[in-house]
Amino acid sequence: MISSAPARYDSIVVGAGHNGLVCAAYLARGGRRVLVLEAAERLGGAAVTREFAPGFRVSACAHLLHLMPATLMRDLRLAEQGLELAHTGLDTVALAPDGEHLSLGPQNPAGLAQASDADGAALEDWHAQLERFARALHPVLTRTPPRLGTEAWRDQLALLDLGWRLRRLGRRDMRELLRIGGMSIHDVLEERFSLPLLKGALALDAVLGTNYGPRSPGTVFALLYRAAAAQGAQALMLPRGGLGALSEALAQAARAAGAEIRTRSPVAHISVHADHVTGVVLASGEEIGAASVVSSADPKTTFLKLLGVEHLDAGFVRRVTQVRSRGLAAKLHLALDRLPQFPGLTEQALGARLLVAPSTDYIERAYNHAKYDEFSRAPILEVTIPTLADPGLAPAGKHVMSVIVQYAPYKLAGGWQPAQRQAFTDGVIETLGAYAPQLRAVIHSAELLTPTDIEQEFRITGGHWHHAELALDQFLMVRPVPGAAQYQAPLPGLFLCGAGSHPGGGVMGLAGRNAARQVISAAA
Amino acid sequence: MLTQSEPHYRQPLLRTPFHERARAASQLDSFVPWAGYTTVDVYTSVEQEYFAIRNSSSLFDLSPMIKYRIAGPDALRFLNRMVTRDVSRAGPGRVTYTVWCDDEGGLIDDGTVFCIAPNEYRLCTGERQLDWFRASALGFDVQIREITEEVAALAVQGPTTARLLKAAGLAGFERLKPFEHGEFALPGAGGRQLPMMVSRTGFTGDLGYELWMQPQDAEAVWDALLAAGSTRAVRPIGSRALNIARIEAGFVLPNYDFVSAAGTLYLGTERSPIELGLEFVLDFKKGHFTGRRALLAEVARGPRRQLVGLDVEGTKPAHHALLYADRRGRTQVGSVSSATWSPTCKRNLALAMMDASHIATGSTVWADIYLNRELVWERRRMRARVVPRPFFAPERRRATPPADF
Repeated sequence: MISSAPARYDSIVVGAGHNGLVCAAYLARGGRRVLVLEAAERLGGAAVTREFAPGFRVSACAHLLHLMPATLMRDLRLAEQGLELAHTGLDTVALAPDGEHLSLGPQNPAGLAQASDADGAALEDWHAQLERFARALHPVLTRTPPRLGTEAWRDQLALLDLGWRLRRLGRRDMRELLRIGGMSIHDVLEERFSLPLLKGALALDAVLGTNYGPRSPGTVFALLYRAAAAQGAQALMLPRGGLGALSEALAQAARAAGAEIRTRSPVAHISVHADHVTGVVLASGEEIGAASVVSSADPKTTFLKLLGVEHLDAGFVRRVTQVRSRGLAAKLHLALDRLPQFPGLTEQALGARLLVAPSTDYIERAYNHAKYDEFSRAPILEVTIPTLADPGLAPAGKHVMSVIVQYAPYKLAGGWQPAQRQAFTDGVIETLGAYAPQLRAVIHSAELLTPTDIEQEFRITGGHWHHAELALDQFLMVRPVPGAAQYQAPLPGLFLCGAGSHPGGGVMGLAGRNAARQVISAAA
Repeated sequence: MLTQSEPHYRQPLLRTPFHERARAASQLDSFVPWAGYTTVDVYTSVEQEYFAIRNSSSLFDLSPMIKYRIAGPDALRFLNRMVTRDVSRAGPGRVTYTVWCDDEGGLIDDGTVFCIAPNEYRLCTGERQLDWFRASALGFDVQIREITEEVAALAVQGPTTARLLKAAGLAGFERLKPFEHGEFALPGAGGRQLPMMVSRTGFTGDLGYELWMQPQDAEAVWDALLAAGSTRAVRPIGSRALNIARIEAGFVLPNYDFVSAAGTLYLGTERSPIELGLEFVLDFKKGHFTGRRALLAEVARGPRRQLVGLDVEGTKPAHHALLYADRRGRTQVGSVSSATWSPTCKRNLALAMMDASHIATGSTVWADIYLNRELVWERRRMRARVVPRPFFAPERRRATPPADF
């Protein structure tokens, strides 16, 4: 099975998710001949807009744009490539069962209740401190992680820089960062706040997209990470036409720079000759040669399926198989005949990011189920109604509700049978019904994506939106595994550019950008 | 599925199938642990036993050797990805000596791979390594099972072993060339046939065979061989006599000449096959194997140190001696890992891990040797010369058919 097809491209990018497209765009801008191969009919990967009920479209996986750095969007001139933003500053609202909802955003456009005096001051402190930490850490996300145990000046310098950034926070902040970095968000919030609703909402951001509950150690780390990632972006945004419009703009940027993009072209395997990657073979049997292959697929797919363990060392393969990559977040899409009433919320406030996590105890109870492979009976939710800002996603007068639901285990005991799916969906609607009593009456149809569905539809092993859990043991120079944490695989000519690589997923695009830089410097 | 052998906690040390015979033959009652078994290190005297290896025939209880059965549709692919040699070159009836390494090229262990049938192998090695084998099996359709307790093994080594086996009634084995094996039967007491696999392998660098049999036949085989050799000076030997022979043959021994990279605690104490002078088992052309890229980088860079053979002045073995570049001992350039006086070569031999600056044949270094003269310790600094290995490699070890003394 030796491919000796001549190298027609400098680089083949496997997968047209946002990271693949960002990587392709930067590579093409760097003067490389680039081909992007996408298995699906549609490009965008998990940043995609598609119909889920006749006339209703939704961002099928990721549903908010809040992590992509402004520099990246400017670099690729996404506005010129047709990206329009339907909303550029969503508020965040913590829903309260008694209707005393709480606005967490600084602007509070809808004039909701805000945290009380003591909590309000603490919240200001907390946001300010998070902001300082995030500013210090953000540059780390924009670079290739240093390798440990080498004598290369580049690695030493990067480590020194990280140390210097922490030191420059000042004694108080540095101590606090080191103190809370490994703690649970529950413990830290208990130290600072009293209102359960506030603590629940703040904790939600620490556990969303993770395999943890608020009492799990390491959840502060997850929150810091999210804050650091968001540091480069301006605000919570909604692209007009959903996240798929972002992917289209990224694809346009890549094409404008000279990249070719082929959809419906699943890669069967990566070809290797004389211990060097030589291209790919498509499922159709077509061989395409390239000097390098850059995979945006998750690490398990890339190494175990596309490349094959025979080309890798046994210790490396063991590390790859041990990567924690099971998703715990589901997605529920509701097609609504009309806008449901949320007592206590104006229509303007409904356009916010709505959180259902009334207390940290509530989240922890929701999480309890997941530990034993059950789904949460009363789950935590992140809700958006994108049609308020972007009516074009639904027929006139109708609406779309997009909900991220936790916790829904990838390996549900007994599997995700139709009965379980129905029970889970009912649980979500019932949970929401506590805040919007007529919700059930306005639902036209619903679509549930469990982690197993996400695995299938978006080809992500385990259905985890970060490809690999973002945690202390899987970040920076150990993400996804040592030996592949600098975007370069152990096999010459193979690179990673997906969410499984530093700094992770969440429609940030930095893995793609960092990888492109690495591909170009490796060839130099 | 992978399974493990019976748990070893039932008794502190297990007894090999030859244990009762070994205990009866032991005059010193000197037993040592080996891979969870109690085994003999000396029966009578090391010298007598050593000369049985080099002058007549010796029996060595090899049963504690860890044996794995490796089978399944991907057995060959699995092995070729794990070990450094190309196992596909040795079909049924052949044995391959090889090593396997971790990702960084650190030597984990060495052993012999017996090809029993296509995609069915037996791997014999010094220590249990199911953990590493399981990691190496990820992605392969292969079953790995430890069968140490299901097979009794006896090494028959020495210049007259072919004669001994023939006298005992084993027929047809003379056709075996080195690193070949086959199925044979030895007539036991009462005419009972004792089936066994015979391989022309060994750890002495001499003519010799290894017999692999069912545990229940072990004592009958032992008895038959000692009866057939009653006038041929055949003698059971312990591990200390064997150790002299293996140093003469230049073979490396885990935990003496290297520590398995799977078990090192300190950084930098793992050793590569190149450092151990085992380049001949590295097949860089066969495709990828674990550690290949690291080893290629080491070849390109040149090893920092290497195991060499030393011929040391005097007669006192240079056990654990530090080696210096100069007589005054200012610059240490290595240390001795194995040492012995060689009764056959009449030379004072050692294996030493030496800095790259002093590995060329003919290089001279100085060894610190500590002498105990009636409890008065003296330090001698003896000249040592780097010499080629093996120190002893008689033609008879390879002649096929074997010499009929």
